[in-house]
Amino acid sequence: MKRRLPWILLALSIAVMTAGLLFGEYRTVLEKAITVCLDCIGIG
Amino acid sequence: MGAVTKARPIRKPRDRRPRYQAFFALALNAWIPSWFKGGIFQGGIKGVCVPALNCYSCPSAMGACPIGAMQTFFGGLRFNLSVAQKKFGLYVAGLLATVGSAVGRMPCGWICPFGFFQELVHKVPSPKIKIPHFLTYFRYVVLATTVVALPLLIVDQFGYGQTWFCKWICPAGTLEAGIPLMLIKADLRPLIGFMYYWKLGLLALFLVWFVISRRPFCRTVCPLGAFWGLFNKASLFRMAVDDEKCTLCDKCTKDCPVEISIYKSANSPDCVRCLKCVSSCKFGAISYEFLGKKEVAVDLRVKKPA
Repeated sequence: MKRRLPWILLALSIAVMTAGLLFGEYRTVLEKAITVCLDCIGIG
Repeated sequence: MGAVTKARPIRKPRDRRPRYQAFFALALNAWIPSWFKGGIFQGGIKGVCVPALNCYSCPSAMGACPIGAMQTFFGGLRFNLSVAQKKFGLYVAGLLATVGSAVGRMPCGWICPFGFFQELVHKVPSPKIKIPHFLTYFRYVVLATTVVALPLLIVDQFGYGQTWFCKWICPAGTLEAGIPLMLIKADLRPLIGFMYYWKLGLLALFLVWFVISRRPFCRTVCPLGAFWGLFNKASLFRMAVDDEKCTLCDKCTKDCPVEISIYKSANSPDCVRCLKCVSSCKFGAISYEFLGKKEVAVDLRVKKPA
């Protein structure tokens, strides 16, 4: 079980990431990332 | 009488990690034209979260900061607002967990530009001070509050949460985005106020701490390191210490950029897996394993007993 745990975690993580991509979350991150983040630079 | 052999000059194993760190720092911030245009890179690949704390408002940043992205999801996750998004941040959480379950905290030691910056600043000659171990738990508080709880629970006048970590703490944002953008975008300068000076002051304090202590931000504040550290004990990449070979000489602790004694806990959540201990151990007691392949670096200066 101990040797399988990392593989199970990895499979679950990839599944979660894929689900996020299918829900269109890449677009949400992109929209945030291409806009200057006023909070990050200290004027938000 | 045995044959007398000539002593040969010993070549010390070269630490190539700073080269990798410099390469990744440049690769993650490679869009140089933005510095001259006075804006930030806006290419379609910027939605890819980078495996490091690298502010996406740095003019030349090529990807998104996972911690900033995570707060955006939590801050915008509202079920009572018709215009709010119903997205949980599965993409970012899944991506971080994928990296974590593969290599644990290894990107902290090899990729993160802010970790590299701290190591460079620490080379400034000064009295050095160790960080008390209890302070390392503070990073979990930062992760749980400023990245998860506060963006989810505290809302502004429009009903949305804020990016608390980016706004109040992140010195990487001030260094990589706050200062550069003020230099290249003159129209932002009139907006400078209390918050900007707060973050600038915090960065100044951190800079002093970087000089006197080893990677203090990574060890006591960084929420990304806190998250990946949770995977260190269960990742595919694993560290191991051979108790029979270990002499408890503590050389590994002295060379460690995060001052851990790996012989006490080989897969400690504090370990950034820089592998410096592997090459500094003269007895070949420290090894690492990935996908069933075990590697041990033995210093050839130490002769095996006959």
